Amino acid sequence: MNYILRRLLRAMLLLVGVSALCFLFTEMAPGSFFDEMRLNPQISPETIAALRSSYGLDQPLAVRYARWVNAALRADLGYSIAYNAPVAPLLWSRAKNTLLLTTCALAITWLISVPLGVWAASRRGGLVDRAVTLASSFVISVPELVIAVGLLALVVRWRILPVGGMMSADSDALSMLAKLKDVARHLALPAFILILCETSIIVRHVRASVLEVLGATYVQAARGLGMSQSRLLFRHVLPVAANPAISLLGFSLAGLLSGSLIVEVVCGWPGLGPLILEATLSRDLYLVIGGIMFSALFMIGGNFVADMMLIVVDPRIRKEGVDAR
Amino acid sequence: MARDHLIRVSDLSVTYCADEGMPIRAVDGISLEISPQEIVGILGESGCGKSTLAGALLRLLPPGAKSEGGILFRGLELMNLPEAELRALRGREIALIPQDPALSLNPVITAGVLIGEVLRAHLPLSAAERRQRVKELLCEVGFDRPEEIYSAYPHQLSGGQRQRIAIAQAMACRPGLLVADEPTGKLDATLQSEIIELLSKIRQQHGTAILIISHDPAILAGFSDRIAVMYAGRIVEVGSSAEIFGRPLHPYTQALMRIASSMITSAGVISRFPAIAGESPDPGCIAEGCRFEPRCSERMDVCSQRYPQTFLPEPSRLVNCFKYGE
Repeated sequence: MNYILRRLLRAMLLLVGVSALCFLFTEMAPGSFFDEMRLNPQISPETIAALRSSYGLDQPLAVRYARWVNAALRADLGYSIAYNAPVAPLLWSRAKNTLLLTTCALAITWLISVPLGVWAASRRGGLVDRAVTLASSFVISVPELVIAVGLLALVVRWRILPVGGMMSADSDALSMLAKLKDVARHLALPAFILILCETSIIVRHVRASVLEVLGATYVQAARGLGMSQSRLLFRHVLPVAANPAISLLGFSLAGLLSGSLIVEVVCGWPGLGPLILEATLSRDLYLVIGGIMFSALFMIGGNFVADMMLIVVDPRIRKEGVDAR
Repeated sequence: MARDHLIRVSDLSVTYCADEGMPIRAVDGISLEISPQEIVGILGESGCGKSTLAGALLRLLPPGAKSEGGILFRGLELMNLPEAELRALRGREIALIPQDPALSLNPVITAGVLIGEVLRAHLPLSAAERRQRVKELLCEVGFDRPEEIYSAYPHQLSGGQRQRIAIAQAMACRPGLLVADEPTGKLDATLQSEIIELLSKIRQQHGTAILIISHDPAILAGFSDRIAVMYAGRIVEVGSSAEIFGRPLHPYTQALMRIASSMITSAGVISRFPAIAGESPDPGCIAEGCRFEPRCSERMDVCSQRYPQTFLPEPSRLVNCFKYGE
């Protein structure tokens, strides 16, 4: 119990720290949303000043931060200047699309990576192992952007899949099932790019952690007592190897909102990525901060979920709190 | 020596083939017999090939190790047994008690299940029967409250308790031979004697033969029936425990015994002094002659020319030294 409480407390502190840093950095960053207006002779400085004060930007940093925290506690993340709308609903409408893309990609990535990594490790040096190692190092060594653009070019040339957006223009007229199919076809390319890049990393981690446990003294000892190969793998090796894999899953979950930025921008997927990129470029202050806080929340949530899973799986971690059970 | 040996090792060699450099011959032409119910000690410095010998007996060596020679166990030649049959033998007929119980127990499995896993691998028992057997085994290795230990994880146990769990694992299927590789190496002195007592008790009750490997003569004294002294991959002397301790023949054994007795006289003072002047030879490049010759105080001309064959100065005593023949 202690362990969980401590983790929760740490998560809170982390959120406070991230938000404070966000404010500090946006304050330090040069330029503001109104810079372009200033260059426009038709807009008087008084108008701009009035606009600034209506968004509360004329207040000192500490006051703005205090107001923001106060509002954020009530799920109000401020107002977007560019969209002239509250930030939270704006972010959420885009985050839904990002989550659709990343959860699909994440689920498939893990469904592929775990069995493949275990298989490669248990037949070390075999055909599967060598193929996995070679293919994954190839994908890792090519930047994600290059893979994304390359695949996009292929898809466009061969006209296999629709490109851009998440549904066809005429999708309103389609039946429910056809609509679903339409979204899936739009989803396929960005999801495939994500799966390819993520799998090549995760499969290596899974393989490495299984290999490490396979070489452990206690696995040798169990082999010396006549355990069968499969029993050894599934009962003695995998529960231990799950520990680092679960930490890794936490990172995967943490990246659900922020990990697909490049792919979304390249493929034109209407998720958080393009929104935040645009907001940053136009210095739409509260939208940027809101986006970062959203990602931070997922980061902390992902790690928290991983920590809880570790408690279930690993008795050595459970030990810290078990005496209070 | 009894006619029917439990296990008979003849001319066993193990070579580690490293990717680069000379292959290393860790065990070099060892012959040894163990009778049923007998306790045989292997005595030698670290690095002399003791643990490799233990691994070779179970046919469990790291990939890249090549073994030659014969291991005859109950009329079965282990050297050409297929892997599936070897697996059925390990833990069932020959069981290993590993060196460091802190490393040899799986950290995420409870002690009871760890022992149960050995039963599960070899005997057709129901889950309830298995649980019952595990509790009996826990009592047998000296736990008063088996229920508590059953559901404890290795990190919740002390070093001595962990070693008892490892012994219970090894004893689970009542094997004919226990191979104990430095079973007390990581324990303090009082625990050492407890574990040794436990092993003696097991031999008495079940007639289990034990091959015990140690670098410490004090562990083997009074426990093993016979002792084989190993040096640089070879056995240099074999004799009964009393003979080895009372009247060691080989100069290496004599030096070991001098150290052991000097440690006993200066009990309480732990000092790091050079055990025997010089170092044991690099197993990568071994000279023609006797391997102990460079460190030996009684060396002769012949010692550096060829390896001394086995002499029998007394019946049942084997020694490889030119002091006892030419």
